[in-house]
Amino acid sequence: MAAYGRGSLVSARDEVLRRVREATASATATPPARESREPRPGDVDRFAERVADYKAVVERCGPDEVEARIAAALDGAVAVVPDGLGYAVPGSVPDDGLSATDLDGIDAVVTLARVGVAETGTIVLDHGPGQGRRALSLVPDLHVCVVRADQVVADVPDAVASLDPARPLTWISGPSATSDIELDRVEGVHGPRTLHVLVVG
Amino acid sequence: MTGATFVGMPAFPEAARAALADSQLRHNLAHATGTIRGKRARVVGELDDWEELRTRAAGVKDAALADLETHLLTLEERLTAAGATVHWARDAAEASAVVAQVARAHEVDEVVKVKSMATVEIGLNEALAAEGIAAWETDLAELIVQLGDDLPSHILVPAIHRNRAEIRQIFVDKMAAAGRPAPDDLTEVPSELANAARLHLREKFLRAKVGVSGANFAVAETGTLVVVESEGNGRMCLTLPEVLVSVVGIEKVVPTWAELDTFLQVLPRSSTGERMNPYTSTWSGVTPGDGPQEVHVVLVDNGRTRALADEVGRQALRCIRCSACLNVCPVYERTGGHAYGSVYPGPIGAILNPLLKGVGVDEQVDSLPYASSLCGACYEVCPVKIDIPSVLVDLRAQVVDAHRGGRPSVEAAAMKGAGQTFASSRRLGLAQRLTGLGTGLARRLGLAPAWSSARDLPTAPPESFRAWWRRTDGGRS
Repeated sequence: MAAYGRGSLVSARDEVLRRVREATASATATPPARESREPRPGDVDRFAERVADYKAVVERCGPDEVEARIAAALDGAVAVVPDGLGYAVPGSVPDDGLSATDLDGIDAVVTLARVGVAETGTIVLDHGPGQGRRALSLVPDLHVCVVRADQVVADVPDAVASLDPARPLTWISGPSATSDIELDRVEGVHGPRTLHVLVVG
Repeated sequence: MTGATFVGMPAFPEAARAALADSQLRHNLAHATGTIRGKRARVVGELDDWEELRTRAAGVKDAALADLETHLLTLEERLTAAGATVHWARDAAEASAVVAQVARAHEVDEVVKVKSMATVEIGLNEALAAEGIAAWETDLAELIVQLGDDLPSHILVPAIHRNRAEIRQIFVDKMAAAGRPAPDDLTEVPSELANAARLHLREKFLRAKVGVSGANFAVAETGTLVVVESEGNGRMCLTLPEVLVSVVGIEKVVPTWAELDTFLQVLPRSSTGERMNPYTSTWSGVTPGDGPQEVHVVLVDNGRTRALADEVGRQALRCIRCSACLNVCPVYERTGGHAYGSVYPGPIGAILNPLLKGVGVDEQVDSLPYASSLCGACYEVCPVKIDIPSVLVDLRAQVVDAHRGGRPSVEAAAMKGAGQTFASSRRLGLAQRLTGLGTGLARRLGLAPAWSSARDLPTAPPESFRAWWRRTDGGRS
C-alpha cells in the first residue's frame, strides 16, 4: 500500500521485515510440544455453578420445558430471535436486517450457543444458526441463552479445540461488567446487563 | 481534550517524590492493588497446573518471536485471504497516518475506540485530533482519563489513581461537553457510575461509522485477531461500525489457533483475577453479513525490533499486558503509574520503555531501570515468566555503558578511589585511620547528600580490625 507510506524507496513492510530478520538472526526456540486432544465432556453441574458465580441467572430444564422457561425469563419483554432458533417465542421480532438503532429499541434476545465451558462458566457463540449475527446478542439488555448439556466441554483448551476460528466467536462469561472503579467488579455496562442461561437436559 | 502528555516528564526519582507526597493517590492505589492481588491469588490457586501454564505460555511466545518473520508473513497472507487489508508501520507516525487515512476516506469526524495500549503508545488520539477527527474512548477507565484530561497510570485500569468520588465529579463536570450529560442525581455508587457511562456512550456506538481497536493476540495460521474485554464496549466497536481498523504490535503473534488456549487461561486470571473475563471476541477478516465489511489491520514496529535484537531484553516482548506485575510491585504501589512517564508503567514499563526507545538518549528513559528494588515479585506473578529483575540489571549496565566517556560521575570517581585504596595495604591502613574523622566531616559538611539523604551514614568504629589485630596480636595478648 504505497499510498500509506512516506514516499521513501523502501516500503514500511520491507523495512519492518528486514529489521525482524536481523533481530532474530541468532534466535532459536522450539514451540512446546502438545498432544492434539478430543474435546472432553464437561461437568454440567460445575458449568451451572460457575455461570451463576458471575451473577448470571442459571436454570436447568428438560427439552420439553424450554419454551415455557424462555417465556418466563422474558416476562413480557419483546425479544428479537435469530433464524434457526427452533423454539417458539411469543411476540418475538425476527432479525430481518434490523439496524443497531432498531436493536437498541428491543428489550431482549434469545439465542442458542455453540459451546459451554465447565471450568470457567463460559458460553461461546459462533453465530451460526439459532445464534444470530454478533450485534443481535449485544445490543438488547437481556440475553436469554439456551445451552444443551451435551454442548458443555471441560475446560478452555477443549473449547478452543472444538471451535472454528474462521467463524467470528464471542466468549461470554456472565453479564457485562467492569473492574475499572477501584478494581472491584461491578455488573452492567455496555453489553446485556442480564444474562439468563437455560441448560437443557 | 488531548492536552495531557507524557512528553517532558521528569526522571523517575523526581516524579516519584511528587507522587509520594500525594496521600490520596497512595490510598487509592493501596486499596485497588490490594483488592486485585487477593482476587488473582484465589483464581490462580484454583489451577493445579499454573506453573506448567506459565512455562508453556513463555515457550509459545519465545518460539513465535524466534521465527517472527515467518509468522508475520503467514498472518498477512491469511488476513488478506479473509478479506482484510494489511498495512505495515515502522513507527508511531506511520501507524497513526494509516488510521487517519482510513477515517478520511470515509469522511468521518469521529471514531469509537476499544481500549488499546498500542494506540495510546503511538499517540493516535492526538494525531487524529490534529486532523479534526475525534477519537472517543469507550472503555470506562479510558473514558475517565479522557474526560478528566488526565494521563493513564495503569495498563489494565488507566484510571486506577481515581476513586469513585473523583470519578463522579469528572462525569458531572465533563460529560456534557462530550455528548450526553451525566444523570442529574448521579451518586458515587460504582453501579451508577457504570450506568452513566452506558448512557453516555450508547449514542456514540449506534452512530459510529469507523471503529478502532488493538488486539490482545493475532493468530498467524488463521488470520484471527482476539480482543479480551469486560464491559462490552469492545464488542460494540468491533461489531457495529461499517469499518474497523485494528492497530497491532508485531509481537502479538501467536503461531497457531490451538496455542491460543494457554493465553485465554492465564490472561484473565492474571489481569482482573477472574476465571474468565466477561467477553472475548475473535474474528478473521470480514464475515459477510456480520459486523464491519471493511477491515484493516496495521502491523506496527515502533521499537519492537529494537527490543527483539536485545538478547536479554527480548523476553519483554512476551508481555500480554495483564498488569499483574504492577499490582504486586512495592514501588508501583507507592508511586503510581504517572511517575514512570509512559503509557507502560510499573516493572514491565521499567524494562519495556528502554528496550523500545533505546538507552543513552533520554534521561527519563535511562532512569527507569533503577525504579526497582529488584525484589522479584514481578517475576513470580508474570504469566509469561518474564525475568524482569535480570532485564533491569542488564539495562542498568547498558545505561552505564551509554554514559561512558565525558566527565566521570561522583560515584565512578569514588569507586575508582576505593579500588586504588583496596589495592594497597599501606593506603588501606591510612584510609581506615582517617575514616572516623572523614565520616564526621562528611556529615558536618553535607557531602554526598544524594546518598545520605535516604540512608544513615554509619559511625566508624574507633579502631579498625587491622589495628586491633596488631595491638592485641589477634586477641592473644
